[in-house]
Amino acid sequence: MSDSPTISGSLRNRLATILIGGAALLALLLFLAVRNYAVQVAQQGQDDILMASVTSMLDTAAIRDGSVEVDLPYAALAMLDTPADDRVFYAIYRDGKFLSGHEDLAVAASSDAERREVFSTQAIRGTTVRQVSARRILIGASQRVEVQIALAQTQDALAETLDEIRRNTTLLGLAFFVLAAALSFWATSFAVGQLNKLTTSVTRRGPQDLSPFKKPVPQEMGPLVRSLNSLMGRLDHSLSQSEDFIAEAAHRVRTPLATVRSHAETTLQRVDREENREALRSMIRAIDESSRAAGQLLDHAMITFRADHLEREKIDLVELAQDLAVRLSPIAEMKDLSLSVCGDENAPYAGDPILIQNAVRNLVDNAMKYGPADSDIEIGVHTGSRLCIVVRDKGPGYPLDEIGQLHTRFKRGRNAGDAVGSGLGLTIAADVAGAHGGSLELTNHPEGGACAILLL
Amino acid sequence: MRYFVALIVWLAAGCAMAQEWEHQETFSGTDASVSLRIISSTDADLFAPVIETFIAANPNIAVEYFVTGTAELNERFRADPGAFDIAVSSAMDLQLKLVNDGFAKPLPDIPHVAWAQWRQSLFAFTSEPAAIVINRQAFEGQPIPQTRQQLIEALRARPETFRNRVGTYDVRQSGLGYLFATQDARASETFWRLMEVMGSLDVRLYCCSGTMIDDLTDGTIAVAYNVLGSYAAARTESETILEIILPSDFPTTMMRTAFVSGQTTQSQAAERFIRHLIAFQSGQGDGRRVLPALKTPQAVTDRATIALQPALMTFLDVLKRRKFLAEWEDAMIQD
Ligand SMILES: Nc1ncnc2c1ncn2[C@@H]1O[C@H](COP(=O)(O)OP(=O)(O)OP(=O)(O)O)[C@@H](O)[C@H]1O
Ligand SMILES: [Mg+2]
Repeated sequence: MSDSPTISGSLRNRLATILIGGAALLALLLFLAVRNYAVQVAQQGQDDILMASVTSMLDTAAIRDGSVEVDLPYAALAMLDTPADDRVFYAIYRDGKFLSGHEDLAVAASSDAERREVFSTQAIRGTTVRQVSARRILIGASQRVEVQIALAQTQDALAETLDEIRRNTTLLGLAFFVLAAALSFWATSFAVGQLNKLTTSVTRRGPQDLSPFKKPVPQEMGPLVRSLNSLMGRLDHSLSQSEDFIAEAAHRVRTPLATVRSHAETTLQRVDREENREALRSMIRAIDESSRAAGQLLDHAMITFRADHLEREKIDLVELAQDLAVRLSPIAEMKDLSLSVCGDENAPYAGDPILIQNAVRNLVDNAMKYGPADSDIEIGVHTGSRLCIVVRDKGPGYPLDEIGQLHTRFKRGRNAGDAVGSGLGLTIAADVAGAHGGSLELTNHPEGGACAILLL
Repeated sequence: MRYFVALIVWLAAGCAMAQEWEHQETFSGTDASVSLRIISSTDADLFAPVIETFIAANPNIAVEYFVTGTAELNERFRADPGAFDIAVSSAMDLQLKLVNDGFAKPLPDIPHVAWAQWRQSLFAFTSEPAAIVINRQAFEGQPIPQTRQQLIEALRARPETFRNRVGTYDVRQSGLGYLFATQDARASETFWRLMEVMGSLDVRLYCCSGTMIDDLTDGTIAVAYNVLGSYAAARTESETILEIILPSDFPTTMMRTAFVSGQTTQSQAAERFIRHLIAFQSGQGDGRRVLPALKTPQAVTDRATIALQPALMTFLDVLKRRKFLAEWEDAMIQD
């Protein structure tokens, strides 16, 4: 039964890995997306200012007396002032001929004739600059001139902004990751917690409790619980069916057996021939064995059923033992045996009296069967640290080499000889003790005699 | 052909070597092993306290101090940036352009307020307003003009008194004069009217503040426009003769700046000098400070102090400068 299942991986670990891995991936994507976007926006900002600046420069270009004049507006360069004091370079060309500014700054060629401005990032004088090149056609009285202006600015302020953005997006990504990881831990343990809850409620059940689970479970676990319930239902059904069947079978066997026995006995009265009588006697014995077995089977089935649905009520074990002794005394007297109840005055206990009676009766039954005639059988009820009922006889005791197996089903000892029995008596006693949370201990008394202790 | 080029180069170099300095002085400590070459537009007597205190604190450093005009300083420096360790000038626009064009060495460890430095390379250390300085004699019994407008009126009222007795910078020669003129022109139209009036009075044009104040003191001229008040104030002997007026309509304040050459071989000594310069100018300077201290602009909107920003390069544009000078000559030189 306790076969441990084949375990492959852990649901919690797998879930956590998937979720945290996902969170890390998402955080990384978020980081990259936000950063790229921010870089674009920042670069766009610089481009816009460069564009505005170069436009305002070009606006002032004019032809006067045949020569090109560009009256740089103060604002054109003023707007390029940045907190990082970025350097500014510009160059003004007329039809490709340098007019003023920084001569080493070339106008970028436009691949597209339609576009009037071209942005480029390049190196000049050892630093990287963002450059805009723009052009404007001036129509004079007799000529057509193209004024080109290249305007470049270093990217120190932009780099500072980008550094800050990078720092902030890193923080954002980390925060997002930590939050997502925490959430996924929580989600994982919540999901696994539901499974654990179900596990505990399965584990906490009594060994015979096959009733369906009633507690609410999450939708996803519905099918599991449903099939668990249906499995247990089928199990319960087949168990009770087989128990019913045994009880029914035992009952059905016992009645005709009783008829056959009475017929055999009457026949025995009439038959004179010794060999026929002998045959009849062994027939009666076989019938006795069968009917005993049927009775014990019936009892066992009854005990299994009652143990499944154990109903405890308050009883006094001393009273119960005395009751039993009185009821069994007629049979004891037939063997010249005396039954005595000893031990404590009262032993209040909450249990199923029918089960306990049945168990004690089987123990007394054994004592009478395997003990010598004309002796004492003691039924002791002790309340000490643990409640127990001890049945002791003065017989030869249990066969020591078999003592461990005697309580198993249909097991009879070597000493059983031709005593009628089925091997279920101690099984019943042990099951009853088990149903009450106790056990059956078989020992031989040092002063001789078997001693069965029913611990409750 | 090659010999010819070599000859020209040699001749040019020779010319450069032979070029005169306005002033040249070597300040040497007790055991100088390192020499700092400073090219400056500031008169040596105004700058000497800075250098002397520096040498007192760093006896192992000697300072060679070369004085020249702002425009020439710019040209000389551009021609041979390795020849000087530090450039000090009052022409903020030229200085900024030098830094912008990559001639300066950044000194990231020098703490200086943002508005008084550019790219951690160009450091401002004085605040000096452009002033109208007058010879009191010429205005005896007359109201003293407080604004440019009042100056225009005063000049117009007595043209005979002022004919050929008004002075200002020749902006074609002086970088600082050009800076003041362009900033004035940017601020108000009054500037052009004043220039016209001065032009009509046969204005005298000067290369530098020093000579202008000399002429003012001896009465050659009665009014000097856009001269450095700090130079006039430094002349204690002319205190009673001259009056310095900071025009209340729109004052223009310049900041003297310094930077370390990108090609300096004495970067440690140079950086130490810049540190000393800033500390000297912001502290009491042991009571020896002659140059005005750096003053925090009153407000962000305060346009009096010329800001260190790329826009300063606007009027240095060849086309723009040509146009400005043409207009200026139109106004000033009337035949
Ligand atoms: N008091 C006893 N003294 C000696 N041996 C005993 C005693 N009680 C039980 N045994 C041994 O234990 C065996 C199992 O006992 P158990 O009561 O289970 O079966 P049974 O007595 O043979 O049959 P039944 O089902 O009719 O009781 C017996 O066959 C017998 O060998
Ligand atoms: Mg028995």
